[in-house]
Amino acid sequence: MSAAVPGSTPLSAARIAAAVRRGERSAVEVVEQHLAVIAEGEPQIHAFNAVMDDQARRAAALVDQRVAAGDDPGPLAGVPLALKDNLCTRGVPTTCSSRILEGWRPPYDATVVTRLVLAGAIPVGKTNLDEFAMGSSTENSAFGPTRNPHDQGRVPGGSSGGSAAAVAAGFAPLALGSDTGGSIRQPAALCGVVGLKPTYGRVSRYGLVAFASSLDQIGPLTSTVADAAVALEVIAGHDPLDSTSVPEPAPRLVSRLDEGVDGLRIGVVTELMGEGIASDVRRRVEAAAEALGAAGAKVDDVSVPAVTYGLSSYYLIAPAEASSNLARYDGVRYGLRVDAPTTAAMNTATRTAGFGDEVKRRIMLGTYALSAGYYDAYYGKAQKVRTLIIRDFATAYESFDLLLAPVSPTTAFPFGAKADPLTMYLSDVCTIPSNLAGDPAVSVPFGAGDDGLPIGVQVLAPALAEATMLRAAIVLEDAMAREVST
Amino acid sequence: MAERITTADVVHVAALARLELSADELELFTGQLAAVLDHAADVEALELSEVVPTAHPLPLVNVLRDDVVHRSLDRHEVLDAAPSVEGHRFRVPPVLGEPS
Amino acid sequence: MTEWETVIGLEVHCELATATKLFCGCRNAFGDEPNTNVCPVCLGLPGSLPVLNRGAVELAMRLGLALGCEVRPSLFHRKNYFYPDMPKDYQISQYDQPVNVDGVVELADGARIGVERAHLEEDTGKSSHVGGGGRIHEADHSLVDYNRAGVPLVEIVSRPDLRSSEQAKAYVNELRAVLLATGASDARMEEGSMRVDANISVRPVGSSVLGTRCEVKNLNSTRSLARAVDYEARRQIELLSAGEQVLQQTRHWDEADGRTSPLRSKEEAFDYRYFPEPDLVPLSPEPAWQAAVGEALPLLPAARRRRLAAATGAGAASVAMVVERGLDDLVLAALEAGGDPGRLMVHAEHDLAGATGALDATAFAGLTSMEAGGALTATQAKAVLAELVATGGDPEAVAGALGYEALPGEVLAGAVDAAIAANPAAWDRFLAGDAKVAGFFVGQVMKATAGKADGKAVTALLRQRAAS
Ligand SMILES: [Mg+2]
Ligand SMILES: [Zn+2]
Repeated sequence: MSAAVPGSTPLSAARIAAAVRRGERSAVEVVEQHLAVIAEGEPQIHAFNAVMDDQARRAAALVDQRVAAGDDPGPLAGVPLALKDNLCTRGVPTTCSSRILEGWRPPYDATVVTRLVLAGAIPVGKTNLDEFAMGSSTENSAFGPTRNPHDQGRVPGGSSGGSAAAVAAGFAPLALGSDTGGSIRQPAALCGVVGLKPTYGRVSRYGLVAFASSLDQIGPLTSTVADAAVALEVIAGHDPLDSTSVPEPAPRLVSRLDEGVDGLRIGVVTELMGEGIASDVRRRVEAAAEALGAAGAKVDDVSVPAVTYGLSSYYLIAPAEASSNLARYDGVRYGLRVDAPTTAAMNTATRTAGFGDEVKRRIMLGTYALSAGYYDAYYGKAQKVRTLIIRDFATAYESFDLLLAPVSPTTAFPFGAKADPLTMYLSDVCTIPSNLAGDPAVSVPFGAGDDGLPIGVQVLAPALAEATMLRAAIVLEDAMAREVST
Repeated sequence: MAERITTADVVHVAALARLELSADELELFTGQLAAVLDHAADVEALELSEVVPTAHPLPLVNVLRDDVVHRSLDRHEVLDAAPSVEGHRFRVPPVLGEPS
Repeated sequence: MTEWETVIGLEVHCELATATKLFCGCRNAFGDEPNTNVCPVCLGLPGSLPVLNRGAVELAMRLGLALGCEVRPSLFHRKNYFYPDMPKDYQISQYDQPVNVDGVVELADGARIGVERAHLEEDTGKSSHVGGGGRIHEADHSLVDYNRAGVPLVEIVSRPDLRSSEQAKAYVNELRAVLLATGASDARMEEGSMRVDANISVRPVGSSVLGTRCEVKNLNSTRSLARAVDYEARRQIELLSAGEQVLQQTRHWDEADGRTSPLRSKEEAFDYRYFPEPDLVPLSPEPAWQAAVGEALPLLPAARRRRLAAATGAGAASVAMVVERGLDDLVLAALEAGGDPGRLMVHAEHDLAGATGALDATAFAGLTSMEAGGALTATQAKAVLAELVATGGDPEAVAGALGYEALPGEVLAGAVDAAIAANPAAWDRFLAGDAKVAGFFVGQVMKATAGKADGKAVTALLRQRAAS
């Protein structure tokens, strides 16, 4: 790959943790090495809103103490971790790449952060995103865009663009992102890393700054499928602080990775393979289908008709929920305040100055979709379309174990190429259906496009079937490794 | 089918959302929102009277916690984050009128 | 001239008596230091999520079942509007699918007031307005304390079945009695744990169409409620009589001025954009849970009134008073122990306003039996009762200790005869039908017996003598 940082060969999280647990490498050494890579590459890439060098060094020293004391610091011992800057970190600024939250230090940690740290991971920084996770390019950050490590003239995708770039650039082997309409999978595909959106409710949302509550899920971005599995095992499982958390413990994933796909029925979603999908992307999905077939899966085309309505209903539901979730940024309790003579005027001045255009657009769109007289035509209808999408997926899963689709219609695009909002929205067409259905999906790097930039293919699974999904993902990863080496 | 969004609608929703738009922004946003809503016409046009809406992908009910006191936050930490504080309370400019 | 009828519906918000808030584990307590019972959830901090309090659901159900409501599967919605009291700038409330529907509040006079719904929602924080004499419109700035934000409320919405300020007051009192009986709330209007908004309209008597209503807020006592209803009804009648119209408005009751005035018009249109709260899942209390809550309900005020009236034959007002004082169990137990129903009720209504102290049902029953048998006069009985409340014991022993020997019948008769003989002119007036003279004779007999005579017995003897 044309990594931005010459000479860096990113180690996988699994290998780092194994070495640190055995005492073969110190966590401090691992962290210092990654901080050095960050120091060198970050000025070009701008993956981070904040690098947590001091905290990372202290946390690494603690991990080493535990190893020295004979404790097991956990399955992610010493693994540098990049956190999307919409995940709350106690005492560490959490901005959502928005002026309105600039400087805000949460008084608590997100559940995922607590779990990862307990498992030995070392947060090294907060990554850039489209403001409040609204976007597909990380161009909507109030603090400037992140650049794609494979081509710095191009976007890394979004909204978890900083997290994807951080993994691709070797800044951290593990990053967390959030995925509301594709915001983990699309940047993963554009940056050539693995990005996994779990089943809705699989991972606690407690401490994830909400964009659209019924769609948001946190998931890992990693350089290998196995690392995604390890990370998901750590962050998944019921959380009593999230009412929408699945009442089940974390699934066993790592131990099932090698079960293969022999006998699995895998369907290629025809509605997502047609018009609007670049031919090089389509060819890679077809190649992935062949690879899975070669590994013993029964691969066939399948129609999931309602996915064609996904985009429209998503761009009514997500803004509607967002318009409500973002009301609290009013200048009263935290974050930015722009003074004015009355509280209402202060609210308006604060929000007008604090939010960027894309956030304003979605707040207004969502407010409109919920407002009296339009609720039934817009929000109400969109929620019904959601039922159709769930129903059509359920029908497909009667005949198939997994589905296969593109992630992004194209490879990474140049900055400013999709200035028109609707054009940008259209780039989420393949990822949105899983969010509406609440099903898991993973983007696996599977070669390059005509321009030499990474292409990801998407494996979709029914709710809670992450283990099966990852079996297919790792088969693709292996097939790709063979394709490159031959 | 609902009528396409007008500048008057955008003025109204901006007020509801406590946002202020310049004349140029009003023009620009109205066009952009109209384009998105035009795209959503496919959904608007669907006949869905028999379909039950899905508010949530997860079919859970009765998620409850016990009525047990947990530690609250440290007040200093809470008030430190506030733009303006007086007498351990959050200070705001005068509030005109009751909740709307 | 048109005759007018006032139509009132009340929305009563009650804070539930839980240990913690509706969606977080912060203390639900009144009067703590500002902003000490707050956490990411009730401050609406980014990333926080609500989790529903089982205790609040149970209390809401208890209240619903006590009001005879149907407990239904329900859903929380977000009610979106900006207000600095409200940390998330939306309120989590139940909208079109409330937990309790279709109940009734039965007043002491037997009137049945419909309850449309009793739903769960979260309270707001509390603002104090600084400068301008604390008036919201004239304040220099405001200060917000979020201790109350997220405290569980039930909002009890009556049907427009109330017809007078008196009845509105009686409804609120009855509702408070039910809230206290169920333990759902401490229902203190002065502390704001029970808050009343009144929807008031007027219409010509005989009309079945509702007039345009005004919603009156800031009613801090049942007295304010009654005054505001009377004021508002009069205002509306004057408008309509003058050929003008009533505007549908939210109005503010000013206790000092004794008037309602329109709240400053909102800066934006009224549009709450309700939608299902995506951070919560539906609530559907299973039948076994409902049954357990229903079985644990105590006997409620209306049923207690019915029971007491049936047992004693007393009038509605006495019964209501005795039940309101919580003395019905004592009266019923004393009745069981052979007490005199009429005298038990009279004492409960007039002589036991404070505590019942050391009084037990057997002693109470014994006291009224002695009284009925003529062994104690009404005045003596009162004194004995006071002693029984203060120190307990057996009524006969207490009466003895107080020197209340029963006056033998022949002694009383002798005293009556002596009084007649000594006052012939007065006796003639009595015989001529001047009933007032009876009091004079009772006084004479009392004097002669050192107060031991029973006035009723004396009157009876006088009548007997006159008839013979
Ligand atoms: Mg309410
Ligand atoms: Zn709290």
